[in-house]
Amino acid sequence: MDSLQLLGWSAVTLFALGLLGVIIRRNVLVMLMCMELMLNAVNLSLVVFAQRGNPAEASVLVFLVFVVAAAEIAIAIPIVLLLVRNKRSLDLGAYADLRG
Amino acid sequence: MIDHLLLYGFLGSALAGAVLMLVLRHPMRVALALVATMLSLAGVYAMLGAHAVAIFQILIYVGAVMVFMVYVIMLLDVRDDSLAARYSWLLLPGAVAFVAFLAWLGTAVWRGLAPFVAGEPFGLKPFATAFLNDYWLHFELVSVLLVAAVVAALAVLQLGRKASRG
Repeated sequence: MDSLQLLGWSAVTLFALGLLGVIIRRNVLVMLMCMELMLNAVNLSLVVFAQRGNPAEASVLVFLVFVVAAAEIAIAIPIVLLLVRNKRSLDLGAYADLRG
Repeated sequence: MIDHLLLYGFLGSALAGAVLMLVLRHPMRVALALVATMLSLAGVYAMLGAHAVAIFQILIYVGAVMVFMVYVIMLLDVRDDSLAARYSWLLLPGAVAFVAFLAWLGTAVWRGLAPFVAGEPFGLKPFATAFLNDYWLHFELVSVLLVAAVVAALAVLQLGRKASRG
């Protein structure tokens, strides 16, 4: 049962769950958290596939993804704060007028 | 044997937490489900021998990013339509596409199961050696990225203050 494919499949499933969350949920904060889940899935696939190569160097890449995630959240949260200040709502339907 | 049980236990709880994230209503509960998923993933990393990654997962993701997220959820606490109706109209097509994709991928995986050989466990020393000898330029670039993120966050908030004044 122990298989590389099974672990890779789990990583893809986590990514697909995160993508599904971004698509179907209406709360902006929940969508942000689903994006974090997608980043986590990418990290899992990196760690799994690194088992075939050089794990130490792959973990450097994972660490860089961590930092990018931290930077992403540092930008995204102020944007959400601004949106909420303007519309008083976290619901995606309130931002329909942003459509081009 | 116990290693396999732990690995798949952590993997299963990570997947269960991810499913809970889609189902739960309140953002705070979603955040707690995400924390559970991240902790389980840290367990998976530790079982795969990537101990440094497991530690950073807990320190950076659970310790910094998710605490920030929980803080913002408590700060905003907006009660709006998204609490009553969780899902957008894309729920049905999205769920159908998700199930179809996973079924297709699952059958492909099931046909070609190959044995998995875990790599050697490694601690902080090889990680730090690789990081600061071979990837020092990336390390410096990352610090530039973080400064840019901080400046951008400040600029966004400043913009909002000006907009609300004028």
